Amino acid sequence: MTEENRKPTPEEKAKAAAEAMAKAKAAKEAKEAAAKAEAEVEAPAEASAETPSPSASKPISEMTPEEKAAAKKAAAAEAIAKAKAAKEAESQAEAPAPAASKPISEMTPEEKAAAKKAAAAEALAKAKAAKEAKEAAAQGSDAGAAGGDAETQAKAAAAAKAKAAAAAAAKAKAARDAAAQGGDSGDDADAKAKAAAAAKAKAAAAAAAKAKAAQAGGAGAAEADESQPKEPSKNQPYLDKYVARIKEAFGAEVIEASYINELAKEVPTLVIQNERWHDVALFLKEDEQLAFDYLSDLHGVDYEDRLEVYYHFYSYKNRQSLAVKVKTGREQSSVASVMDIWSGANWNERETYDLLGIYFPGHGDLRRILLPDDWVGHPLRKDYVQYDEEV
Amino acid sequence: MNQNILTTHAETSSETGIRTEEMLLNVGPQHPSTHGVFRLVVKIDGETIKEAIPVMGYLHRGTEKLAENLTYTQIIPYTDRMDYVSAMTNNYVLCHAVETMMGLEIPERAQYLRLIAMELNRVASHLVWWGTFLLDLGAMGPFLYAFRDREKILDLFNELCGARMTFNYMRIGGVKWDAPDGWIEKVKDFVAYMKKELPSYHQLVTGNEIFLSRIKGIGKFDQKTALDYSLSGVMLRSTGVKWDLRKDEPYCIYDRFDFDVPTGTDGDCTTRYHLRMEEIVQSLRILEQALEQFPSDGEVIGKVPRVIRPPAGETYVRIESPRGEIGCYIASQGKDKPWRLKFRRPSFTNLQILPKLLEGESISNMIAILGSIDIVLGEVDC
Repeated sequence: MTEENRKPTPEEKAKAAAEAMAKAKAAKEAKEAAAKAEAEVEAPAEASAETPSPSASKPISEMTPEEKAAAKKAAAAEAIAKAKAAKEAESQAEAPAPAASKPISEMTPEEKAAAKKAAAAEALAKAKAAKEAKEAAAQGSDAGAAGGDAETQAKAAAAAKAKAAAAAAAKAKAARDAAAQGGDSGDDADAKAKAAAAAKAKAAAAAAAKAKAAQAGGAGAAEADESQPKEPSKNQPYLDKYVARIKEAFGAEVIEASYINELAKEVPTLVIQNERWHDVALFLKEDEQLAFDYLSDLHGVDYEDRLEVYYHFYSYKNRQSLAVKVKTGREQSSVASVMDIWSGANWNERETYDLLGIYFPGHGDLRRILLPDDWVGHPLRKDYVQYDEEV
Repeated sequence: MNQNILTTHAETSSETGIRTEEMLLNVGPQHPSTHGVFRLVVKIDGETIKEAIPVMGYLHRGTEKLAENLTYTQIIPYTDRMDYVSAMTNNYVLCHAVETMMGLEIPERAQYLRLIAMELNRVASHLVWWGTFLLDLGAMGPFLYAFRDREKILDLFNELCGARMTFNYMRIGGVKWDAPDGWIEKVKDFVAYMKKELPSYHQLVTGNEIFLSRIKGIGKFDQKTALDYSLSGVMLRSTGVKWDLRKDEPYCIYDRFDFDVPTGTDGDCTTRYHLRMEEIVQSLRILEQALEQFPSDGEVIGKVPRVIRPPAGETYVRIESPRGEIGCYIASQGKDKPWRLKFRRPSFTNLQILPKLLEGESISNMIAILGSIDIVLGEVDC
C-alpha cells in the first residue's frame, strides 16, 4: 500500500470498473450467442460421448440369473421413464406455461418459475434422462425470466425441443452401438476374458431390451409411474414437518419452494421469502420441534439473474439437517443478517459480502474480510472484471 | 488494511488509581505463533486484553474463483493448498461432493486406501499441532519428537503418491496410485511404532506442572457458545457434544470400524489437548483394523466417465477433518466445471470465537488460546 502514485479516487475507480464490466458483458453476450449456435450441432456428439448405459456399467459379471432378469426389467423400466421424461421435456418446452401437473392456480409468476424448476429437479432424480428434461426446462424458464418477450421464448422452446429430440436420438444410437459392441466401448480391457464375455452378452441383452423398450416407450409412458414408483425419501416426513410448522406460524407464502435435494444426501431444502427470512430464521432456531441450533455453512451463489444465499443448518437436538435458500436481486442485493441468531454467521456473512457483494442488513460490522479494504468489486460475481490501475 | 486502528489512542485509568494507557499491539502477520500469516491487532491495558481484532486474507488466493475455470480433476491440487497440514481430507471432501452428485461407486480397495491415507494424515496433523502448540508455550523439545514421527508418515505418503504435503492423491471415483509393494506392511510397522511411542509423549509433557498451569482453565467456553459460534471438531467436543461426522454421518467406510469419540466437558485448553492426544490413539485403532481388512487386490479407481459432468443442481457434503467439519458445496449446471464451489473451512469458522475468548484475558494466555484452536492459515484464507 504505497502512496507513490496518485491513487484514483473511489469514484474514478467505480467508473472504470463499471465500464470494464459493461465491456465484458457485451463480449460475453456475443460469445454466448455463438456458443448457442454451435450447441445444436454439438449436442448429439456430446451425448453419444457420454454413453455408457447405466446397466452396462454395473458389475454384471457377478450377477446371478435372477438378478440379471431383474436388471433387464429395470433397464426396460428406465427406458420407459427416459422416454417419458424426454416427452415431458418436449411438451414443457412447447408450452412454456408450466405443465398442468402442478397445482399452480394460486401461484404468482415468480413462483411458477420456481415450481417449474423444482419439478424439473424431481424428474432429474427419477431417471438419468431427466437431466435433459431439466436443462430444457431451465433453458425455457431462464429465457422467459430474462427476456419475457414471446420471440425469445419461442426460440428457447424450439431449441429445447431440438435438443431433447437430439438427445433421444443419440441415446437410441448409443443403445444400438452398445448392442453391437457388447457395451464395453469406454472400458479398459483389464477384466478377465471370461468375465468380459459374460458382461458383453449381458450388456448386449440389456441394451437390446432397452432399445426395444425405447421404441415402445412412447406408447407406454402411462405405465412408467406404475412400473417405477417413486420411492419417497427417508427425509420426506421431516420436510413435511418443517413445512407444516412454518406454514402454521407464518402462512404458506413464506415458503417459495420446498423439496428433497437428492444430490445432497437427500437434505430437506426450503426456499424462503426474502422479506420474512429473519423471522423464519429465528423460528427455525427457537421452535421446539425444529431447534436448528447449529449453522454449518452460509455462502452466496451468483446465478446471473439473481443471487442466492445458501444456509446449511443442523439440529443437534433432533439430529437433522436442513438447507435453506434465500433469493435476492443482483442490484441492491440484501438478505437479512442472522448473526444475532447464530453468532457463527458473522464471518461467513462478511465473506459473502466481500466476495459476492450481498448486503446483510443488521450485521453491524459488515467489512471485507479476505480482500483488502480498498478492493474494487466483488470477485465471485459472474460479471466481475478486475480493476486495474493501469487501464 | 485497517491502518486507522493503529493510529488511534485512548487513555483510561484503572480502578486502582494508577494511570494506565491503552495500547495497540500488532501481532503478526509474520509471527511464528500465528502459524502462518495471521494478524491480530490487540488493544491492551497493561497486560489485559481489551479487544482483539483479527485481520486475515494475507494468504487468500481466490481458490473458489479459480475453481470456476477448472475442471473438477484440476481443482484437486488446489485443495491440497488449503489445509496443507491435512491435505488428504481436503482431497476427499471435493471428490466426495462430486461423487455424491454423480452417484459413483468407489471400489473397495480405493476406499481403504483413502481411509488409510486420511487417518495417517490425521495423526500427522495432530502431531504438528502437538509440536507447535508446545513450541508456542516455550517448549522446544517436544517439537523435535513430533516432527521426527511425523516425518515417518510423510515418508509413507511420499512412497504412496510422490509428495510429502501436497498430495494430489485422490481422484473422482477412487485414488490415483495403488499402494506400492510392501507399503501396507510399512504402515503396519508405523502404527505399531507410534503406539509404542505415544506414552513417551505423555511422559515428556502431559504431567508437566508448568505446562498445566499455562493451559488449565484457559480459553474456556461452554456448549451453548460452541454451538452458537458454529464450532466443530475438538473445539465442539471439548464442551461435551459427542459429535464426530465419521461416526454420526458416516462417509467413506468409517461405519465398518470400531472407535470411540472422545469428549470432554471443561471446554478449556487442557481438554482440547487431551482430546487431540486421544484422537491419535483412536486413529491408530482405525488404522489397525483397516490394515487388517485391506483387500489383497482390486481396482483403485471406479468406472468414471472420461469427462466429469455432475448433473445440474447443488450439493453440500461435510466430513471430519482433523480441525473440524470441512464442507464442500458445489453448484453445477451440468458442465465439466463447477458453477460455484465453496469450501466450509473449519479453521475459518473456529477462529471466529477468538476475539470473544481473548477479551479480558492476560496477554500471556493469548498464544495458548490461539494455539489450542488449531488453525491452518491456508484454510482460513482459502
